[in-house]
Amino acid sequence: MNRIINAALPLILLVALLAFFLSQGPVGVLKGFFPPVEKVFIDRVTLEPNIIILDVINDGPDETTIAQVLVNNVYYKFEMEPSQTLKPFQTAKITINYPWIRGNTERVTLLTSSGITFEKEIAVAVETPKVNEQYITTFALLGVYVGLIPVFLGLLWLPFLRTISAKWHNFLLSLTIGLLVFLGLEAFSEAIELIGKVPSVFNGSGLLIAGFFISLFVLIAISERSQRTNRANKAITLSYLIALGIGLHNLGEGLAIGSAYAIGELSLGTLLVVGFMIHNVTEGLAIVAPVARLFTNWKTYIKHLILLGLLAGGPTIIGAWIGGFAYSATLALLFLAIGIGAIFQVVYELIKYISKDSLDSLFNATNSAGFIIGILILYATGLVVV
Amino acid sequence: MDKKHIFLVLILAVMIFVFLAKPSYTENMNHKKQDTGHGTQDQIHFAAHGNAGTVGEVDTNEFDPTEFLTTWNFNNLQEERGKYYKETALSDGSLLREYWITAENKDIEIAPGVIFPAWTFNGQVPGPTIRATEGDTVRIHFTNKGDHPHSMHFHGFHPAEMDGATADQQVKPDESFTYEFKAEPAGLHLYHCHTVPLYQHISKGLYGTYIVDPKIDREPAKELIMVMNGFDTNFDEENEVYAVNTVAFYHMDHPIKVKLNETVRIYLVNILELDQINSFHLHGNFFNEYRTGTRDTPDAFTDIITMGQGERSILELKFKFPGKFMFHAHKTEFAEKGWSGMFEVEE
Repeated sequence: MNRIINAALPLILLVALLAFFLSQGPVGVLKGFFPPVEKVFIDRVTLEPNIIILDVINDGPDETTIAQVLVNNVYYKFEMEPSQTLKPFQTAKITINYPWIRGNTERVTLLTSSGITFEKEIAVAVETPKVNEQYITTFALLGVYVGLIPVFLGLLWLPFLRTISAKWHNFLLSLTIGLLVFLGLEAFSEAIELIGKVPSVFNGSGLLIAGFFISLFVLIAISERSQRTNRANKAITLSYLIALGIGLHNLGEGLAIGSAYAIGELSLGTLLVVGFMIHNVTEGLAIVAPVARLFTNWKTYIKHLILLGLLAGGPTIIGAWIGGFAYSATLALLFLAIGIGAIFQVVYELIKYISKDSLDSLFNATNSAGFIIGILILYATGLVVV
Repeated sequence: MDKKHIFLVLILAVMIFVFLAKPSYTENMNHKKQDTGHGTQDQIHFAAHGNAGTVGEVDTNEFDPTEFLTTWNFNNLQEERGKYYKETALSDGSLLREYWITAENKDIEIAPGVIFPAWTFNGQVPGPTIRATEGDTVRIHFTNKGDHPHSMHFHGFHPAEMDGATADQQVKPDESFTYEFKAEPAGLHLYHCHTVPLYQHISKGLYGTYIVDPKIDREPAKELIMVMNGFDTNFDEENEVYAVNTVAFYHMDHPIKVKLNETVRIYLVNILELDQINSFHLHGNFFNEYRTGTRDTPDAFTDIITMGQGERSILELKFKFPGKFMFHAHKTEFAEKGWSGMFEVEE
């Protein structure tokens, strides 16, 4: 009984304190001294012929009213559903009949009742794709180009890898670690950039931290359970984990490509796709590295290879769809965070695998060289992706 | 090895399928820039004035832009008028005109739903129009009810101690000062607060029109007072709202009614702060411009004039045709941010 009281006492007191504060405490006193904080976040822009639609959210602590709207410094009439006044966390849709011009940069400004302005720049105005057959095919092709094909091409290295010695196999695995660390850190820097584009009510950095650690430790726990088997199974499990990590990463990549295309920011389309193709071939290599020396014949492995390729490359297509039709920075950040967690979980598994549970053998010259070369490969192929 | 071939063929098949599928997206991307300016027919049809402008209505109980056009010396008030304005005949036949003016902070509506925390003369922006005849004595009982020092600085002849501009001529909060001078020269002038930082006190709203009529009356006319101003609502040193007489686009929806062939005389003052060069353009008509209103001969016969801050002109015109005629700043940005209005000419 005493134990329960000891455990609950601080909580009970906290509740009492909160009740006191909310009923009459200094919260009310503090409020009066400051002007209200107005914050409106423009989450998504949809362009239809002669119409601009904005999805907005009040991500400040106080009620905010959008009194007027300007497009390119011109006041324009608008409709706002459900109302022009937004309570904290409330979302609304603003529709403006504006004859926007294809290919132009259009700037939308929201003017609140107190005269504060919130701006959104549409870098290159193009009609927002609607979910129809043509765009589903387009984005699927985009995903196939940058995700599926390159990964499958990378998988074709498998028969060659079979012939290499144990030392060079470790080199290859280190190279894979290098590739993954590069991908992980790259995704991390993208995620950091995205934090600024997420409405502050969703707490972007919190999302990144939580997404990363949850995916990391859930995957570690799962793989610990599944790896109490022989070495061959362990290797193939590792391949699947790598494919999963890369798949999640490619989901984020697909999101970025799809949304950039949808909002007209993909200016160097062909070159970008080529860049991603070269970049992603190396991912296939990473996936097959653990099973390289166990490879015996195609008969046993073809099923795995197809599954691995789909697992790693397929999410690019799904990502491109989501990115194209329903892009949200919040969602993109969450996927990236999960992807980063998955990638570093694989890095952890690979390190364990190479070191055979002892870290001493890990950092020899061959492995270090492999790691560095892995980093350099992605840096070099990344240069093509502008 | 058969299986290997199957795997290879599979991948090749996917690749061939993909390339044959004629991806449209790369083409779209490449042609994007060339399409610029080539809108659809619908787009061109919609691009009329219909959708531009503000939404909603301002509350005209506090400040009525239409009433302001024809108000001077508080002639819009009935019993209340005596609180702000008093005329006393002097022995030489001229008038002593006394005004009671208070500087005070007030939230004003500068566009529907957009509230600006202004500094005002008598709770309005622009301040009350002061109008005297050349040779009259103007006496202004000024009280500062604001929370910063303020002053009233008149353009026109006056003694140095009535200038309201130097450091020792600032009226501190809750203090008063009485300005007194002879109304001269005849013309169109203005007054404004002359406390530093000047741009702040002007852009906050402390200005008004000061008309000195010549001893011989001007020809009877429909007289309209227009003060070109603007408001920086978000502190970025740029105006979000431009207008004539404060309220964005007010006369687009509430045209100024005038009669066919009647003489219209516009007292036009530019007090615009921050982006100070302003202009006035009238559609379907020309006007005589009397710069500063100080001479009888027109300086120009035109349909557009450009003015720096503090410049003012009397414009005289008649409408030859009935219907609606726009007037606006011929700086497009100002026009589209509120400084546009409409005359409605009635037969």
